Amino acid sequence: MKRIITATVQNRSGVLNRITGLLQKRQFNIESISVGRTDVEGISKMTFVVDVVDSQKLEQVTKQLNKQIDVLKVSDITDKAIVSRELALIKIVSSAQLRSEIQGIIEPFRATIIDVSKDSLSVQVTGKPEKIEALIDLLRPYGIKELARTGMTAFLRGQQPQVTELTPYSLLK
Amino acid sequence: MRAEVKPGIHTGTKSKTGADLLVESLIKEEVKTIFGYPGGAVLPIYDALYRAGDAFDHILTRHEQGAIHAAEGYARVSGKPGVVIATSGPGATNLVTGIADAMMDSLPLVVFTGQVARGVIGTDAFQEADIMGITTPITKHNYQVQSVSDLPRIVREAFHIASTGRPGPVVVDIPKDISANPADGNYDDSFHLPGYQPTIKPNPLQIKKLADSLAKAKKPVILAGAGIIIGKASEELIALAEKFSLPVTTTLLGLGGFPGNHSLALGMAGMHGTYAANTALYECDLLINIGARFDDRLTGNLKHFAPNATVAHIDIDPAEIGKNVTTHIPVVSDSKAAIKALLTHAKEGPDHDDWLIGINGNRDNYPLWYNNPKEEMIPQWLLESIHKVTDGNAIVTTDVGQHQMWAAQYYTFNKPNRWVTSGGLGTMGFGFPAAIGAQLAAPKDTVVAVVGDGGFQMTMQELSVLQERGLPVKVIIVNNGALGMVRQWQETFYEKRYSHSLLDVQPDFVKLAEAYQIKGMRIDTQEELIHSLPDLFAYEGPVVVDCRVLQQENVYPMIAPGKGLNEMIGVKP
Ligand SMILES: Cc1ncc(C[n+]2csc(CCOP(=O)(O)OP(=O)(O)O)c2C)c(N)n1
Ligand SMILES: [Mg+2]
Repeated sequence: MKRIITATVQNRSGVLNRITGLLQKRQFNIESISVGRTDVEGISKMTFVVDVVDSQKLEQVTKQLNKQIDVLKVSDITDKAIVSRELALIKIVSSAQLRSEIQGIIEPFRATIIDVSKDSLSVQVTGKPEKIEALIDLLRPYGIKELARTGMTAFLRGQQPQVTELTPYSLLK
Repeated sequence: MRAEVKPGIHTGTKSKTGADLLVESLIKEEVKTIFGYPGGAVLPIYDALYRAGDAFDHILTRHEQGAIHAAEGYARVSGKPGVVIATSGPGATNLVTGIADAMMDSLPLVVFTGQVARGVIGTDAFQEADIMGITTPITKHNYQVQSVSDLPRIVREAFHIASTGRPGPVVVDIPKDISANPADGNYDDSFHLPGYQPTIKPNPLQIKKLADSLAKAKKPVILAGAGIIIGKASEELIALAEKFSLPVTTTLLGLGGFPGNHSLALGMAGMHGTYAANTALYECDLLINIGARFDDRLTGNLKHFAPNATVAHIDIDPAEIGKNVTTHIPVVSDSKAAIKALLTHAKEGPDHDDWLIGINGNRDNYPLWYNNPKEEMIPQWLLESIHKVTDGNAIVTTDVGQHQMWAAQYYTFNKPNRWVTSGGLGTMGFGFPAAIGAQLAAPKDTVVAVVGDGGFQMTMQELSVLQERGLPVKVIIVNNGALGMVRQWQETFYEKRYSHSLLDVQPDFVKLAEAYQIKGMRIDTQEELIHSLPDLFAYEGPVVVDCRVLQQENVYPMIAPGKGLNEMIGVKP
């Protein structure tokens, strides 16, 4: 099962190495990691998407992360109300004639063309990983020259529904 | 004994250096003993040590591995962090085995490594090694000092992290320019570690749950690990066991945490544990694990591990709970605090006399055993004899192999902090240097290093330290002319194909000892041993005893790999 885990960490040298090393040593399957600074000086936020076989393994991931001295907080937010986004840059083969056709494809995804050359065109798309997958699938027939994804970043919504009305986050089954 | 730190007279400056700051910090931490080896990147530190005069007893081992294993022995016996200094590059990489060993066995170490100057880090400078990268997976935490003003705080944090919570090794990597350059400021050493707040008091609800289970249990058993020893909870454990008539088995590292001669003691559990202990773990309906980590050498095949039990696990490290064995009652706590809480809240359950009678029957009918043809020296008998002559009061260190298991089985420990062995990592070469550290931590105690003929040859250069210091360590080489444990597995599981496990050629260990001006002795027969052992232990200096034991002897009973607690072989017929 896929889970979304966030960690607040102290931005000391070596912390990233310690965390990725630990995930590798304990054989946790990582789908993506994204890291960036927060508003608080010296504190960074990491978002992991992990693929774990069962809840015991999941518990181990969070406990092992929590054990690290520079890790301040670890949360599994999969079942919470969250906002999650990923950004992808997609460079496709495209001639001038195809440009408007592609424009028509990407528009419903609220993606934008951010670079154009004689024989290629680059698209930027933001959204849940599922949406990004869908767009990539649609663009693939044109020939993808390059693809770069940031991995998911996420946090809790401002308001959490009552536990009873909570529908499990469906994106990652 | 506070030493006045004189300014850097040898650097030609009048100012204090980063190395002087380090020395001040070590004095503040009440460090008395340092194990180390000098080199280019730590020259400023060694100069500061020189100028600090007799503030510390610095033990110059003859290999960095010796230094770190000695520090581990020191830490296990004293309960205080072992302190190690090594130079950059090869000095630091020579420490790696010991750091990994301390990590596995939860030993507090603070390890200072030299590093090339900040300006050349990352250029593959002479004797540069990425010791941060190398030690990250095998340390509780590690630091590279980036600014001299951080040094006092980092040293304090390092000692705090190493010795609190679940202890472990902390590496502090110090670039040479930081230790060499002036450090005249007034540096703040206060620290705040928001991400490190070990839980030491148990959750009352969990204690209540455990108390309720205890009140219902018909077949309870306690498994005591090193957490009892580290948490200084032996007395509380004895009180708990006696109050509720709870049988107690220990892990390899937990030996001595509960008196081996107690009427409720089942001895060691696991691969070479007793029949009574393993059977109790198999049959119990309530298993209370206090400070053990359910290592695979203990549990055997998990399918057969305590299959009908409610499992309670008290551990200061939450990540150990539920890692290997499904746990019904998790208690994150210091062992002492948890047992005390349990003593206050637990109530007498139904009597479990039948359970105890069954266990006693197992203990009486299936004890540890061996055949003893008197014409040969039998290793088990050797260990029993050492136990006898030392009244069971010695501090015993071991290497890894058959002799280690025989020491665990036949040297019954009745007190904590007397048993020093490499459990989790299983490091050959550990036993002898660890004995040096143990002897320094307990100068008045008898320290016996029980080592294999194989393992001793990995770190025997530390005989120099015995010679230099006159440390009265008794080195007992259980010499079976083989890498015995490997030979045993090849005999049992590889149809006697003894691939590279027989040591047909060996040094003359007596002459070797004598080369270091240490008393050496070879013993071939039981008669000789009976005759010389009392004198050897009465002798005030160090001794190396080459005991020639029967090569064919194997460690039993045993749970073969992949088998369960209920599938022991070699139990007394
Ligand atoms: C550093 C290291 N290398 C290899 C091993 C594998 N090993 C485990 S026990 C053993 C044999 C040890 O022989 P010896 O020291 O003579 O002890 P004995 O088993 O004969 O008592 C070996 C090679 C190990 N544990 N540690
Ligand atoms: Mg041997």
